[in-house]
Amino acid sequence: MLWFTEQHTPNVRFSIKVDRQLFSEQSEFQRIDVFESEEFGRVLTLDGYLMLTEKDEFIYHEMIAHVPMCVHPQAKNVLVIGGGDGGTVRELCKYKTIEKIDLVEIDERVVDISKLYLPKVACALEDPRVHCYYEDGLKFIRHVEDEYDLIIVDSTDPFGPGEGLFTKEFYGNCFKALHEDGIMVNQHESPFYQEDAYAMQRAHKRICHSFPISRVYQVHIPTYPSGHWLFGFASRKYHPVKEVNWQAWKDLRIRCRYYNCPLHAGSFALPNYVEELLRDVED
Amino acid sequence: MKYISQENAPILEALERMKIARLVPFDVPGHKRGRGNPELTKFLGEQCLSVDVNSMKMLDNLCHPVSVIKEAEELAAEAFGAAHAFFMVGGTTSAVQAMVMSACKQGDKIIMPRNVHRSAINALILCGAVPIYVNPQMDPTLGISLGMSVSDVERAIKENPDAKAVLVNNPTYYGICSDIKSIAKLAHEHGMLLLADEAHGSHLYFSDKLPVAAMHAGADMAAISMHKSGGSLTQSSILLIGDRVSQGYVHQIINLTQTTSASYLLMVSLDISRRNMALRGKALVDKIIAQVQYARDEINTIGDYYAYSSELINGDSIFDFDITKLAIYTRSIGLAGVEVYDLLRDEYDIQTEFGDIANLLAYVSVGDREKDIERLVSALAEIRRNYRQTGREMMKAEYISPQVVCGPQEAFYGEKESLPLYDTSGRVCSEFVMCYPPGIPILAPGERITEEILRYIRYARKKGCQMTGPEDMELKQLNVLTHI
Repeated sequence: MLWFTEQHTPNVRFSIKVDRQLFSEQSEFQRIDVFESEEFGRVLTLDGYLMLTEKDEFIYHEMIAHVPMCVHPQAKNVLVIGGGDGGTVRELCKYKTIEKIDLVEIDERVVDISKLYLPKVACALEDPRVHCYYEDGLKFIRHVEDEYDLIIVDSTDPFGPGEGLFTKEFYGNCFKALHEDGIMVNQHESPFYQEDAYAMQRAHKRICHSFPISRVYQVHIPTYPSGHWLFGFASRKYHPVKEVNWQAWKDLRIRCRYYNCPLHAGSFALPNYVEELLRDVED
Repeated sequence: MKYISQENAPILEALERMKIARLVPFDVPGHKRGRGNPELTKFLGEQCLSVDVNSMKMLDNLCHPVSVIKEAEELAAEAFGAAHAFFMVGGTTSAVQAMVMSACKQGDKIIMPRNVHRSAINALILCGAVPIYVNPQMDPTLGISLGMSVSDVERAIKENPDAKAVLVNNPTYYGICSDIKSIAKLAHEHGMLLLADEAHGSHLYFSDKLPVAAMHAGADMAAISMHKSGGSLTQSSILLIGDRVSQGYVHQIINLTQTTSASYLLMVSLDISRRNMALRGKALVDKIIAQVQYARDEINTIGDYYAYSSELINGDSIFDFDITKLAIYTRSIGLAGVEVYDLLRDEYDIQTEFGDIANLLAYVSVGDREKDIERLVSALAEIRRNYRQTGREMMKAEYISPQVVCGPQEAFYGEKESLPLYDTSGRVCSEFVMCYPPGIPILAPGERITEEILRYIRYARKKGCQMTGPEDMELKQLNVLTHI
């Protein structure tokens, strides 16, 4: 019997029974593995950390993409940083109004391997609106000004190749790269285990310094540590819930398995302990 | 005798043999391989404490090396192209002092640029030699001291034919090199020794893309900070000597002030780092050159900042430039280097080497990763976007020519009184005042205090520079000589 195990903390482990290993490679940046499992379907891991499973990836990708798109339906130019698996791009491609999606992924191999082994996730990467750039996100964003309506930071954890995407200089550069009504949404770690909570607080603090509106919303992802995960919603103009034209989004008739408008509004209501963690780092 | 090569690391090998021997320690240090101090062991690690040991037969003794330390020093000498190498455990400060004190006695003259590190002038306090300062040229825009022009050195030599040695920074903190080859030749023609402070130059020995290393240029002694660009532990250093000086005499001078319980952690780090640089130094330096060039190009495209390089070379006061140095002129965004330095640390969690009035120095070395370079560049771009100021009055840094009234030793030990700092104009200072880092004195013992100097101190303080040196650590008071 073969098991994939990830240490969620030094004292907690999470395991998935694996049928077989489909792929393994040490790329220039990280170790990439793909497993086949009975319970979760295919599983992508980077440096031994679970990135997505076919069974629950829809939750993550729907919530990172549709929340900002519902708030800002006129978004035409979108930048995705990280997200080489293509899941976020797949959700964005459901909007006919989006004209351009730039995907900046540091590791080209993640994209190649996702196309080969995770076709259900990577299916939209060939969409003509999608342009892939294989470089450091921090470097890419530095050279961009007043260019995007929406930036989605679909990053790994704040250690390893994604480190630079949790820094103040990165968030500041994102602010600069957005139009004056632009939105940035980011993978915001988890409030539950202490290490993740520190990372979440640091990210929140830094985003608050760069954006006038900085809110956090929550989501339930069964295969991530504690299952309780957060996204950041940072914005130059629009509030994530107030004055949102819910009907306009419904009229788009986009089919989702997780996202809906009441859930969108509700996801910004946070448990007290999370509110406190966030308030602690707000000035 | 057994054959040893650069592949060997004699001190490392001896420590490994010692561990296998499982000696029962009834000697110092008292922590006994860490067992007696579990908190320290937990923090530093068992591996580390197990080799924090004392001199013993199988490990040799730095005060009188006859076996493994001797071999390690011989390998270092070979790697650096010197007649002999001394492992130093008191920092490059101790190497500079040993060098100066080996060359000079009481009353002897030594020719040096004024932008020497404090350790060189400290050595003069100890041994009673007198400095003959050569005005290092100053770049009026960047506000940094450059190298010594050969003609200035020649004049100093002609005016002081009795001087014993010439000291050269190779390179300066900012990467500026003097024409050390010509200066060495001049010094030797006049019977003087050529000493090199290579605190920022240990990597020069391992690449042909960089300025010439001191020993290769004919220097008689060179103090090299292995712990800066060589990768060894903080406080470890090497003193190199050539054929013109007596190894035994230098050794005696070193032993005047060196500990008799030299740390094996420091010595083994020198041994391993020497091996690393000897075997892989060229490739490592190439990587640093490429990283720094990338950073420089990116920083220069941000706008306003100026990350300078070999285009500064002018054939004299900037005879050559160490392209592994990443120094950035920041006044063009309306911020002093030290202000950018503080912003990087406080707002962006990036610790750089130092900021002065007009420049920031980021130290790039064997340990740097590309993504960290990206962070530095991006943070600088953000600082420009968020903090740039215009129309702000920035002080122009100028070389303040020191008026040496008496020698450092005489001034330091002379009759003195303590006065409020700003009441000292016209008096002779009996202690050091310096901005740290870079640790180059604004005032050294024996120098006249002027209004210009006080103005500079006030400005540097206001910008957040740390002032060190005086007996009064807050620098409200300054000691001055009573009789002059």
